[in-house]
Amino acid sequence: MSDTGYALEARGIVKIFGNHVALDAVDFGLRPGEVHALLGENGAGKSTLIKILTGAYQPDGGMVLADGEPVHLDNPQQAQTHGIGTVYQEVNLLPNRSIAENLYLGHQPTRFGLVDRRRMETGARGILKRYGLEIDPSSELGAHSVAVQQIVAIARAVELSGKVLILDEPTASLDRNEVERLFEIIRDLKARGLAVVFITHFLDQVFAVADRVTILRNGKLVDTRALDDMTRTDVVRLMLGKDVAFSGATGVEDARPMGEVLLDFANYGRKRSVHPFNLTIHKGEVIGVAGLLGSGRTEMARIMFGADSADEGILEIAGKKTSIARPTDAIANGFGFCPEDRKAEGIFGDLSVRENIIIALQGKLGWFSALNRDEQMEIAGRFGESMDIRAASLDMPIKLLSGGNQQKVILSRWLATDPAFLILDEPTRGIDVGAHAEIVRTINRLRDEGLALVVISSELDEVVAYSSRIVVMRDREMVAELSGENINPGVIVQAIANHREGPSA
Amino acid sequence: MMRRILTPLANPQLIALVGVLLVNWLLFPNFFRITWQDGRLFGSLIDVLNRGAPVAILAIGMVGVIATKGVDLSVGAVMAMAGAVAATMVVAGYPAPVAVAAALAVGLACGLWNGFLVAVLDIQPIVATLVLMVAGRGIAQLITEGFIVTFTDPVLIYIGTGSFLGVPMAAVIAIALMLLVTLLVRKTAIGLFIEAVGVNRAAASLAGIRSRMLLILVYGLSGLCAAVAGIIIAGDIRGADANNAGLWLELDAILAVVIGGTSLLGGRFSVPLAVVGALIIQAMNTGILVSGFPPEFNLIVKAALIFFVLVIQSPLASRIVPVRATAREAHK
Repeated sequence: MSDTGYALEARGIVKIFGNHVALDAVDFGLRPGEVHALLGENGAGKSTLIKILTGAYQPDGGMVLADGEPVHLDNPQQAQTHGIGTVYQEVNLLPNRSIAENLYLGHQPTRFGLVDRRRMETGARGILKRYGLEIDPSSELGAHSVAVQQIVAIARAVELSGKVLILDEPTASLDRNEVERLFEIIRDLKARGLAVVFITHFLDQVFAVADRVTILRNGKLVDTRALDDMTRTDVVRLMLGKDVAFSGATGVEDARPMGEVLLDFANYGRKRSVHPFNLTIHKGEVIGVAGLLGSGRTEMARIMFGADSADEGILEIAGKKTSIARPTDAIANGFGFCPEDRKAEGIFGDLSVRENIIIALQGKLGWFSALNRDEQMEIAGRFGESMDIRAASLDMPIKLLSGGNQQKVILSRWLATDPAFLILDEPTRGIDVGAHAEIVRTINRLRDEGLALVVISSELDEVVAYSSRIVVMRDREMVAELSGENINPGVIVQAIANHREGPSA
Repeated sequence: MMRRILTPLANPQLIALVGVLLVNWLLFPNFFRITWQDGRLFGSLIDVLNRGAPVAILAIGMVGVIATKGVDLSVGAVMAMAGAVAATMVVAGYPAPVAVAAALAVGLACGLWNGFLVAVLDIQPIVATLVLMVAGRGIAQLITEGFIVTFTDPVLIYIGTGSFLGVPMAAVIAIALMLLVTLLVRKTAIGLFIEAVGVNRAAASLAGIRSRMLLILVYGLSGLCAAVAGIIIAGDIRGADANNAGLWLELDAILAVVIGGTSLLGGRFSVPLAVVGALIIQAMNTGILVSGFPPEFNLIVKAALIFFVLVIQSPLASRIVPVRATAREAHK
């Protein structure tokens, strides 16, 4: 070990894409035995820096040092030989092979030239034990939860590399207990002297597990600091470069004036999807929907929008009985829907930002009254500005935008249709703090403008802050409708957790 | 302003076409000579237009299908059916316009059937259109009762071999169709919707695009184009040959579309560039013929071209040169 004291260091890294400077003379030092959080809004340069540290990209300037020695990393395999391993948000292992095979893929123990399955499984069992997993190493990886798969991915990276572990948003698809378990493993690895880089959008997690933090903004290094002497607000201020006040959870404002009834779902449901539910929605109100993943919240949204048609119940829009069997019916009635899985159901990756914004409006106008290019530009430009969409050009493919900006585009897509009712399914999941704040601001603005909204979200603080009522889903059933002053995240969690005998709507 | 006009011309497809023509010229110095004879133009270049027209017409229909992430394998068989219908009807004494209309209707019906299988029954396009690819030729043989039905109807022969203002009729029809379909998809929202469905059908449905209607439309158009090509081929040989008319041409049409920069994974497409793709294929065929190489070379050269195009469109190449970007810009 040399005198720099860093297991891995980046000095003055510059990376340029076309005429966009992604990283501008960024320094980053990682000590052995520390958990180092890397923070920044989407587009700040986090992933670019990681890709340089793991050899996926080559820097245009500056250098990477491992144990104080300059190294040239041509590819991730080479980074591995320097002890640098990476685990990405989406587990990229082979779900249809056994856990042991996944752990040993590419370096299986062999006997007479054949894979020595027994030795491999014994070894795998030993490794899994160290990570607190008592599972059969010959079982298929895909049969286990994402959390277990994530741990297997970490185990593989650590076994292969052993010095530096880079975790790129490892907690995005984990629940609270699973996150806690992951943290135990991270702390354990830290105690073993590993250097861990931890990338996440969740500030709580940063404070829970990290020792130091490096913050990037617009490709520049803002600061590297120990977390001990920092508060949440400090971190956010450094990330955004401005002051953002976090409103704590308060009771739902009952005093908010209630508009006239817009929608009335009566006994509305679909077999094998969602039990019949009753819900009345007024103009100018936000209904928050809480519930765990798989509780039926997304199914409820899809039925409301006609993406799956309801097979029982009645819907009245402004007092008139209306049937919504498919999305076009819903859109014709002024509905809009931002789906949970942005990539699979929201964006048109290869199409431009402009086309992604106008497509629902164009769908409403039909095949033959096409918006011409100038009209499209005008509409896209208007929303690009009001929603603060960060894109180099409105003609660039949307897939090149960050998640937060993609979400703003999809929201703009619906706002362009001049909707009366919006359904937002996890609108703030997995996006950066700035976009997050923008979307919450937009939800508040739309409510005040008289729109009716249904917002599904796991962020209870946030739901409480903007909703006038909260419905709770459990086991594909609407189990509670909460309103009044005493609503806080604790009550909601209780409603989610309660058994069937609990209070129901 | 000049740049705006010239930039679309600087795309790989047009450059490739010019390149193939230049090679032809090197092998056969008279390649670019065009003469005026009997009120029409003659020359190898005109021949490329004339012979390339049927595949170009198929490509005009095929490009929309491929842009929706589909494929239409039945177009060759539909050509044979349309030719058989037109030929047997004029032989039976029906006036030519009625025979042509009936042939077009058969093509459209075939396309709509494919569209129904793909859009409503959700069958994979390659399997759905395989049904008609096999059955269509059988139906054509039933219509012609196994014979090559020859005819002397002047209107049908004019469609296959005549000329308009000196330009072969087949080329005139292909150009007219290209302009018509380009206007149809680009002056309406249909082109955008086709691309949206091809890129992400789930998102398209949620955005309120009637993807079923759209799919039925593009397959219907493909069937209609195939019928037009079938009538031209029948008129050209003055008869309907159910066994050989349009045989394997579906593959040429797919190749033309892919050369034209439309990915088989759907999404961005360009009708004019698909036509250019068809002309590139025909320019190579004609070049090999006029320069005296044995026609067997044709297949090998075509295979080399396919390989070349696939390499250009491979992810590796697009990392080096952003080729697909040109297809995107071309229709703007």
